[in-house]
Amino acid sequence: MSVVSDAVEWLNDPLNWTGTHGVLALTREHLTISVAAVLLAAVIALPLGVWLGHRRSGGSLTVVLANTSRALPTFALLTIFASGGLFGQTATTLAVAVFAVPPILTNAYTGVLEVDADVRDAARGMGMSSVRSLALVELPLALPLLAAGLRTAAVQVIATVPLAAFVGGTSLGSVIVTGLALQRYGQVLAGGVLVALLCLVAEGVLAGIQRFLTPMPMRQRATSSSE
Amino acid sequence: MHVAANPWLSWDYVVRNRGDLTRALEQHTTLTIQAVLIAFVIALPLAALAHTRPRLAAPLVGLAGVLYTVPSVALFAMLAPFTGIGRTTVLIGLVTYALLVLVRNIVVGLDGVAEEVRDAARGLGYGPARLLLRVELPNALPAIVAGVRLATVSTVALTTVGVVVGYGGLGQLMFRGFRSRYHAEILTATLLCLALALACDLVLYVAGRLITPWSRSAQTT
Repeated sequence: MSVVSDAVEWLNDPLNWTGTHGVLALTREHLTISVAAVLLAAVIALPLGVWLGHRRSGGSLTVVLANTSRALPTFALLTIFASGGLFGQTATTLAVAVFAVPPILTNAYTGVLEVDADVRDAARGMGMSSVRSLALVELPLALPLLAAGLRTAAVQVIATVPLAAFVGGTSLGSVIVTGLALQRYGQVLAGGVLVALLCLVAEGVLAGIQRFLTPMPMRQRATSSSE
Repeated sequence: MHVAANPWLSWDYVVRNRGDLTRALEQHTTLTIQAVLIAFVIALPLAALAHTRPRLAAPLVGLAGVLYTVPSVALFAMLAPFTGIGRTTVLIGLVTYALLVLVRNIVVGLDGVAEEVRDAARGLGYGPARLLLRVELPNALPAIVAGVRLATVSTVALTTVGVVVGYGGLGQLMFRGFRSRYHAEILTATLLCLALALACDLVLYVAGRLITPWSRSAQTT
C-alpha cells in the first residue's frame, strides 16, 4: 500500500518533527490548549458540583447539562465561537472547555452526594460545622470520583482539540487538515495515527496518575461513575 | 465603511437555502439511521456472546474502550486513505462508535437481569438459548432501548465530524458558513442538528414505551 509507505516516510522525515509547524511544536500547542481548557472547566465545574452535591440538590441540572452536551455537536460550537469574533486558540480553548464541564460537574456532584449519610451525621454529631464537614470529611471521600471526572474530561478534551484545526486552531490536527488540503493521504494517515497515539498515551498516563494518587482502600470506587 | 448585517438568526436565509438545508438534513438523517441500524445488528450478537461467555467479555469490553479513546477525527483520517473521501468512510466511523456504545449497554442490561428470574426460568426447563431469547433479552429491553437512544443522539452529533472527509451532513453547512463568515448558516445548521437529535430521541422513547408496556407504570427513566 503506497499510502502506508507515504505515511511511514512522512513520519521518518526529521523536518516534519522540528520547526514551528513540526510534530513536536504542534504536540506542545495541543497539550497547552488542553490544559488551559481543562483548568478553565474545572474552575467553574468543580466548586459548583461540590456545592450542589453538598446541598443535595441540582441533580436535574447535571442531567440536563450532560444530555445537551451530548446532542450539541462539538463542531457546531467550534464554528460558532470561531466566527463569532474569537480567533484560533481562544475559540478552541473556550469551545472545548464547554464540553469538559459536564463530566467534571457530574462526577463532583455524584462524589459528594454519595458520601455515606452516616459519615456525614457522625461529622455533624462531633460538632463540625457544615463547611468543616464538607472540607474535612466529604471532600476527601469524594476525591476518587473528582479525579475520575477530571480524567474523563482531560481525555475528551485532548481528543476534541484536533477538530479545531478545521476552524483555525493549531494542534496535532493541523497535520491532518494540511494533508487533506494538499491531498497527501500519507500525511493524513500519519496525522491520524499521531492523534490516536496521543489520546491513548494520555489516557494511560492519567489512569496511572489517578491510581497512584488514590489511597489503596478507595481504588474500587474510582472507576464507578466515570461514564 | 458599511458593514453588511450578519445576523445569527435569519428566516430569509432558511427560505433562500431551503434546497441545501433539506439535502444536508436528509444526508444527516439517513447516515444516522443507517449507522445505528448496522451497529445494532452487529452489537446484539456480540453482546449476547460476551454475556454468555464471560471470559470473552473482558477483552471485548477492553478493546471497545481502547477504540473509543481514538478520536473520531483520527479515525476518519486513518480510514480516508483506504475507503476514500465520502459516505463510506463516515458510515464506517459512525458504526464503530455506535457499536461500542451499544455493546456496552446491552451487556450491562443482560448482566443486570435478576438472578432469581434466571433461576426460575432454568427451573422451568429453559435451555441457555431459550433463556437468552425469551427471558433475558425481554428483561434487558429497557437497558437496550436506553443504549439505542444514547447511541443515536451521539451519532447525530458525531456525523458533523464527517466534514473531515467532506461528507458531514449539517456539519458541511456549518463549515461552509464558517468559511464564508455566514452566521445564519452556522446557527441554522446547529439548531437543525439539535432538533434532529431531539426528534430521534423522542421517537425512540415512544417506541421504547410501546415495546415495554410493563414498565409504563413503574419507572420514569
